[in-house]
Amino acid sequence: MIRQAAMAVALLATWPAAAQTDDMANPAFLWVEEGKALWSERPRPGAKSCADCHGAAETAMRGVAARHPAFDAKRGRAMLLTQRLDACRVEHQGETPFEPESRRQLGLAAYIALQSRGLPVAIAADGPLAKTVAEGRALYTRRIGQLDLSCAQCHDDLVGRRLAATAIPSGHVNAYPVYRSDWLGMGSFWRRLGNCTTGVRAEAFAPHSPEHVALESYLAARGNDLPMQAPGFRN
Amino acid sequence: MTRVLIRVPKTVKPGQEFEIKVLISHPMETGYRRDHQGTPIPRDIVKQFRCTLDGEEVFRAEMFPAIAANPYFFFHAVAERGGTLRFEWSDERGTAWRESAALTVE
Amino acid sequence: MTAQFLPRRQFLLRAAGAAGFVLVPGLWRPLGATPAEVKAEIAKLVGEAALRPGLVKLDLPVLVESPNAVGMTVTAGTPPAGTRIQSFHVFAAANPLPNVGHFHFGPRAGRPRVSTHIRLADSQTVTAIAKLSDGSCWSDSVDLLVTLSACLD
Repeated sequence: MIRQAAMAVALLATWPAAAQTDDMANPAFLWVEEGKALWSERPRPGAKSCADCHGAAETAMRGVAARHPAFDAKRGRAMLLTQRLDACRVEHQGETPFEPESRRQLGLAAYIALQSRGLPVAIAADGPLAKTVAEGRALYTRRIGQLDLSCAQCHDDLVGRRLAATAIPSGHVNAYPVYRSDWLGMGSFWRRLGNCTTGVRAEAFAPHSPEHVALESYLAARGNDLPMQAPGFRN
Repeated sequence: MTRVLIRVPKTVKPGQEFEIKVLISHPMETGYRRDHQGTPIPRDIVKQFRCTLDGEEVFRAEMFPAIAANPYFFFHAVAERGGTLRFEWSDERGTAWRESAALTVE
Repeated sequence: MTAQFLPRRQFLLRAAGAAGFVLVPGLWRPLGATPAEVKAEIAKLVGEAALRPGLVKLDLPVLVESPNAVGMTVTAGTPPAGTRIQSFHVFAAANPLPNVGHFHFGPRAGRPRVSTHIRLADSQTVTAIAKLSDGSCWSDSVDLLVTLSACLD
């Protein structure tokens, strides 16, 4: 049985000029390629694709991921980039929200995030988003789980020290969605958060839950001015 | 689903070495893992990858479970004239995939 | 600098607990090849020829924090006149299977080179062997340390 590799050859000349030379070594770009296809795919005949409304992602989506999470005035709440994608799908495409952590969701999020690569993270944290950021900060410093640990006890107090052999990172979210070799695939910040909550033996927060939105908003705001790195590759 | 990403230069000079990069979408299940129920996950790996230029071999890899998930290869090639680069890879269950790219030499 | 409110020792114990919850990456159940198996695999390749150090160059990090995808590059210098490099062969002695990959270079290959990502079960010596058209074999090895990751799922 021989299969033509579907949607395959990418002579990747169309990638942003700033593309790192070793992007091909980053498996996240397998997802990016799917997101790129999804951008101009109409979900069903007569329905609109992302491109039908927004045009070219390279221009229309530049800087968008760097500004998210963002406060949505119409809805009166903070929204993650993936919530924005879902809103578009429901309201403008007549589709159901993406399944969390699905290849399509991660692919589209990664493709959109790539359009902000190198731009500084620019969360408007002192506007109406401030309340959510403050909630995230409160959650970050609250002890949870059977081990009674807060995020801050590792990711602030012990940054750079080691948990087993792993250097404790400072909790930046500018590379999500990220490809992790121990996952054999991509995941969002929510998946990574699940690692931590499970690790301290707390109940995991649901994807897009108020806790997830608040924590990601707080961490994104802390990373203001860092260059966007998504889609990242973490071993 | 994206099966492979292949990067080759659009044009190359005759006799001048160029780079080929390939990223294959595949879990490369080692056969040593278990799922959450404790059931062993069967081995499922890409066993062979081959790149040819107009039928002449450029590079061939025989792979084992120690090749990481989503296999990546970076190798060199030389062409005297334009032609077709073919990429073929297959797993141990008899499934094979192929892709090709035109190479312009000038 | 210790965690607020928690004595350092207690914190470390709890942190270790958090890690221990998920200590086994699960990618490998490292049974480990035996030295004899590795020798046998290499002998199969080399045959009667002498295995000489040099010519081939194996690039791997000596400290590996994430053994699921370790960047590896194998290159070679100029082979003796009248010969060409046919293939590279990589062996990881402490992996369940000592074979990592065989990489063949055809008439259309330029300078032999391969970069890829590999899995390593444990701290060990990884060996790359270059086989030449005259049957001679050259080798390079890297002794590396694989550290155990925390926070895996």
